Parts: sequence; structure tokens; C-alpha cells
Amino acid sequence: MMTVNKQLQGDKLTVAVEGRLDTTTAPELEAQLKDSIDAVTELVFDFSKLEYISSAGLRVLLTAQKCMNTQGTMVVRGCSEDIKEIFSITGFSEILTIE
Amino acid sequence: MKELIIDALTENLPQVLGFVDEQLEAAQCPVKIQMQIDIAVEEIFVNIAHYAYEQEVGTAAVRVEVTNEPPAVQITFIDQGIPYDPLAKADPDVTLSIEERQIGGLGIFMVKKTMDDVEYKYLDGHNVLTLKKGLVSK
Repeated sequence: MMTVNKQLQGDKLTVAVEGRLDTTTAPELEAQLKDSIDAVTELVFDFSKLEYISSAGLRVLLTAQKCMNTQGTMVVRGCSEDIKEIFSITGFSEILTIE
Repeated sequence: MKELIIDALTENLPQVLGFVDEQLEAAQCPVKIQMQIDIAVEEIFVNIAHYAYEQEVGTAAVRVEVTNEPPAVQITFIDQGIPYDPLAKADPDVTLSIEERQIGGLGIFMVKKTMDDVEYKYLDGHNVLTLKKGLVSK
């Protein structure tokens, strides 16, 4: 199960993802981002309630980062130590801005 | 040993994870190790769902065996699809920049990195993939 909460303030979009970002839920997040990312220059992912991320979730983050590289900034906040370790194993720590 | 036999469809992933988690929770598996095992199980099961049977729907068997001395789990996936060794694929280069990064192969790479042992065999018309992981945090 996954819940996505989006909050738009001017050009800044905060996306809070709760629960599990996996093969079954990643397409939903991808669709939500596609719908709302166009005019955004500052994208913030709040992962403080994210419990799980698989390669399907990483794929969505990579796509979002590539998109934001052309139009603004992207940061990832609030990850648990276990999720940070996944970012580290996969080299995503070097690609993403993790706060 | 517990076994689940299920249609190899992506939409059955929550059931597969639920089945595995039940055994892991009964074995008091630490949360971090459970997440790593879930990731590995997802990658392997989704691989079977995507590639084993082409357009047809086939089944996958998932066997979970927990041992106490030492605390460890062995998870075996068996399908009757096309012979396919996911471990044969070269590891992605995780040091490349974002522009050069290829997303393919990342799932299997995570499996290799987080599990203690991963083994593939093709036996009597079956793909047999086995994961092993100790249940004690290092």
C-alpha cells in the first residue's frame, strides 16, 4: 500500500510518499508526478513515512531526477537508515540530493 | 518448509510478500533484513512474472525454509518457464553519472549485494533460484 500527498506552493512541489514504493505502486507515483511536475522548479520528496523501496521505485526517482536536472532542483528528505543504505548500495546516494 | 504456489503475475506480488513476511515475522527477523529480503523476493518474482512465460500465465512456487542454528532463511523460486539465469547478466556500473545510468539490472544487483548467497539452476525443465540470508543484524 502506498499513499501520495502532494503540496504545491508556487513553483515548489512537495511529494510525501507513505508506505511501500514497489512494482505495484510505482506506476501510480510516476503518473502523479507526470501530471504535476511541468512548471515545478523545486521538487521535494518527503520519505519520512516511506517504509520500503525496490528497483521499481528507484526507477521513478531516476526519471524524476533527470527531469528536474533540466528544470530546477530535487531533494529527498526524511529517509530511514535502511532506505539510505539501499541508496548507497545502488549508487543513488551519488545521484540524488539526500538531506 | 512452507510453500506458496501462485500465478506468476505482477499483481500477485503483495500476496507473495505477505506469505514471506509471515514466515520472517514468526522468525523475529529484524526490520532491516526483512526489507532487504522483501526487495530480493520482489525482484525475483517480478522477473518470473515478466519473462518466464511470455504471453501465457504460468505458476511460480515460492518455498520458505527457516533454520534456527544459525538463524537464517532460504527462499526458493521454481517456475517452468523459459530457461533464464538472471544472475548471468553483467552488473550495472553504479558509479556512472545520472545521464549515463542504465536502470536495467539494478534489481538483480541489489539481490546479489544484500543476500548472503544467490544460486540459479535449471533442473528438469524448471528454473530454480535460491536466496539465502542470515537473520541476525551484522
